[in-house]
Amino acid sequence: MRILTPFIAVLALIAVGLVAAQVPGGQALIGIVLPYLAFALFLGGFAYRVMQWAKSPVPFRIPTTCGQANSLPWIKQNKIDCPSTKLGVIARMFLEVFLFRSLFRNTKAEMHEGPKLVYGSSKFLWLFALLFHYSFLVIVLRHMRLFMDPVPGFVAALEFGDGFLQIGAPVFYQTDAIFLGAIAFLFLRRVMLSNIRYISLPADYFPLFLIFGIALTGILMRYVFRADVVAIKQLTLGLATLSPAIVGQISPVFFIHVFLVCALMVYFPFSKLMHMAGVFMSPTRNMINNSRMVRHINPWNDPNIKPHSYAAYEDEFREFMKDGGIPVEKE
Amino acid sequence: MAIMKADKLGVSVAKAPSMMTGAIPKKDWWDVPADFKPGNYAYPAKQEIVEYHKFPNPRLWDPESDDWKLPENWKEIILQGLKERLDKFRSLKIFMDCCVRCGACADKCHFFLGTGDPKNMPVLRAELLRSVYRNDFTLAGKLLGKMAGGREMTFGVLKEWFMYFYQCTECRRCSVFCPYGIDTAEITMMGRELLHLVGVNINWILEPAANSNRTGNHMGLQPHTFKDNIEYLCDDIEEITGIRCNPTFNRKGAEVLFITPSADVFAEPGIYTAMGYLLLFEHIGLDYTWSTYASEGGNFGLFTNNEMMKKLNGKMYAEAKRLGVKWILGGECGHMWRVLHQYMDTMNGPADFLQVPTSPITGTVFENAASTKMVHISEFTADLIKHGKLKLDPKRNDHRIATYHDSCNPARAMGLLEEPRYVLKNVCNNFHEMPENTIRESTFCCGSGTGLNTDEIMELRMRAGLPRANAVKYVREKHAVNMLSCVCAIDRATLTSLNNYWNPDVEVCGVSELVGNALVMEGEKERETGLRFEPLAGMEG
Repeated sequence: MRILTPFIAVLALIAVGLVAAQVPGGQALIGIVLPYLAFALFLGGFAYRVMQWAKSPVPFRIPTTCGQANSLPWIKQNKIDCPSTKLGVIARMFLEVFLFRSLFRNTKAEMHEGPKLVYGSSKFLWLFALLFHYSFLVIVLRHMRLFMDPVPGFVAALEFGDGFLQIGAPVFYQTDAIFLGAIAFLFLRRVMLSNIRYISLPADYFPLFLIFGIALTGILMRYVFRADVVAIKQLTLGLATLSPAIVGQISPVFFIHVFLVCALMVYFPFSKLMHMAGVFMSPTRNMINNSRMVRHINPWNDPNIKPHSYAAYEDEFREFMKDGGIPVEKE
Repeated sequence: MAIMKADKLGVSVAKAPSMMTGAIPKKDWWDVPADFKPGNYAYPAKQEIVEYHKFPNPRLWDPESDDWKLPENWKEIILQGLKERLDKFRSLKIFMDCCVRCGACADKCHFFLGTGDPKNMPVLRAELLRSVYRNDFTLAGKLLGKMAGGREMTFGVLKEWFMYFYQCTECRRCSVFCPYGIDTAEITMMGRELLHLVGVNINWILEPAANSNRTGNHMGLQPHTFKDNIEYLCDDIEEITGIRCNPTFNRKGAEVLFITPSADVFAEPGIYTAMGYLLLFEHIGLDYTWSTYASEGGNFGLFTNNEMMKKLNGKMYAEAKRLGVKWILGGECGHMWRVLHQYMDTMNGPADFLQVPTSPITGTVFENAASTKMVHISEFTADLIKHGKLKLDPKRNDHRIATYHDSCNPARAMGLLEEPRYVLKNVCNNFHEMPENTIRESTFCCGSGTGLNTDEIMELRMRAGLPRANAVKYVREKHAVNMLSCVCAIDRATLTSLNNYWNPDVEVCGVSELVGNALVMEGEKERETGLRFEPLAGMEG
């Protein structure tokens, strides 16, 4: 059920897109109204969530230290994993965000008879997560070509690089294949590894199916059903310049594709996909480890919480202290 | 409840059906209820202790019963408490929202490795709280409920919280591997705070906290007993070395206030570590004092709630101020240092009545402690050795083949990795590291931290400590290691039980014990034994 329900949900979305593309006014709804709405919800929801997070303070400095701290001058500090400066934190976050450094550390533990525990390196999740995210990024950037005229140089360069194998016509993009492969890996990993299957929720499968659906419809449109690129660009450019219009015949696959993209945009801010923004705000990663060097302020620190006073302590134990030769304040 | 013999438990861990051995539960995790049986939970806090703390809902109650005598509106209390904490801690909000359940943390937790219980995977432990958060605090959860992974707050959920937030030692190993740095320690701390709101807590944490508050230390030692104990240690030192140490107590005007976990003063093998401190301070002629009022480094508030942590911690600065010392030196302790490093200055600072710590022997200014004004004994000792201020004879530790256990908090919440190693390598000739996936930031917990070192859950502790014990076993077999050194008092207590169980011939010590053994004191007699009265190699007779 955890897998089936989200699968059916995505199939339903596809069906809605397919039907809507063929009823009067449906194309305008999916091609024009919905993208604006979804984009607004995406931006608004994203900003709202980030602001909600930012509203809560970070009362304590709690970085996870993954290396030697700054201490005596002759002890070599790990400036990135245990940063004591802003620059160190920037380096740490850069490696985290762009290279998934923490995932790179991943190990796999196995229990053998004895009992004996063995840890092996396990970099597949790191590798495929990296492939997934980077091909997603390249694909999104490639799509800029549809929203801009003239097409910016970097987009054209990206396209050229992506298709440099020159396979087929239109040229086959490697990222498309890598992307599908990575999604498939992430899905199969969830299904095949028993403990990962056990922790997975519908909310983990749904975005995978949805993104797979988007990728698949995109590829179908380009290589199989051959949508009219000129008409599509007219529409998308119109969207970007706030003068959208649907001209000519556009394949229903395109509308399914757009509908699924809209669904993803709407879903994004309300889901775990917000890890995209959250990773920047994680206090264990983005804080400087200088807690003993610089005082950190907690806005809700309650100055009225005082320790059990020395005076009360001495009052209780004064005679014992005097007998034991421990100095007291009041004789 | 009797504890299984080690060989039997070893077979059970490796072969009995569990997620670590490949068995998959037939039911979804939310359909598997927490079942309390003798031996799988720590005893609830005594009524009078809860009353002493003025915590809510003091009463007699039994976790095995289905009536926990909760207040009538307990659900509202929990949800209101959760809302307050979401508003107070960004970490909690982010950690509730960002998990993608990638599972990188799953096999990093020592409780999971030792029990194979899926709810000991950090992701699921957090999910126990997250599901309620989703249900009541997110739009998706409100609209989609179960489909979005939401769960209503029920008594069954509360039972799970009690069971699994007390099967987490807040060691933070999972946070090292999480791509978003999600720290289960933060989640467990919040979970425990919420449980406290409805009077669901354990005695082994609240009673030491009460003792710390009243008597100054968690053992409940009254001032004269505390002093007497240290003087007994001085007697032993005199017998072994011929040197008399003369520590002072509550002395105004001393340069340095020394605070260590009270277990060092009272319990084996911590007392040998304390003897090491005493010898070291005597050796360098440090102008220091102990305090009976602030006689506990460990802070059981960390396992309770923020307010308690602040209250107990406040004593250190209060005492430093009263005595007029220049700065504070801290002994070997794990969570004590976590609190000192991450919370102390924020909660109870600014410590503007103190000076930036400067070693009176070497002149080194501890810039890294410029604000808290507290220095770790390993930093202090490493600096002394580096400047050649200690006369050491590492041969005296030749009967020890040592390894080093990075205590979780100094390692993962401070970054103290090299100093103790530097000290060890200078005081002992035989030192071998455990495998790299089990040391430094990847270090494994002793399995009994955060107030879980209580005897009623011994089997659970032995299971949770298995990853650590396994790594010790590895170096024991490979290098004949017979001494597991560490810088944490809880470790000294619990690793001793752990080794007795899994590696019976490996002893446990603090780094300072080995320092004390190696120190050549001026005017001392020839040493025939170490600080434990154990014969030294080559001096057997």
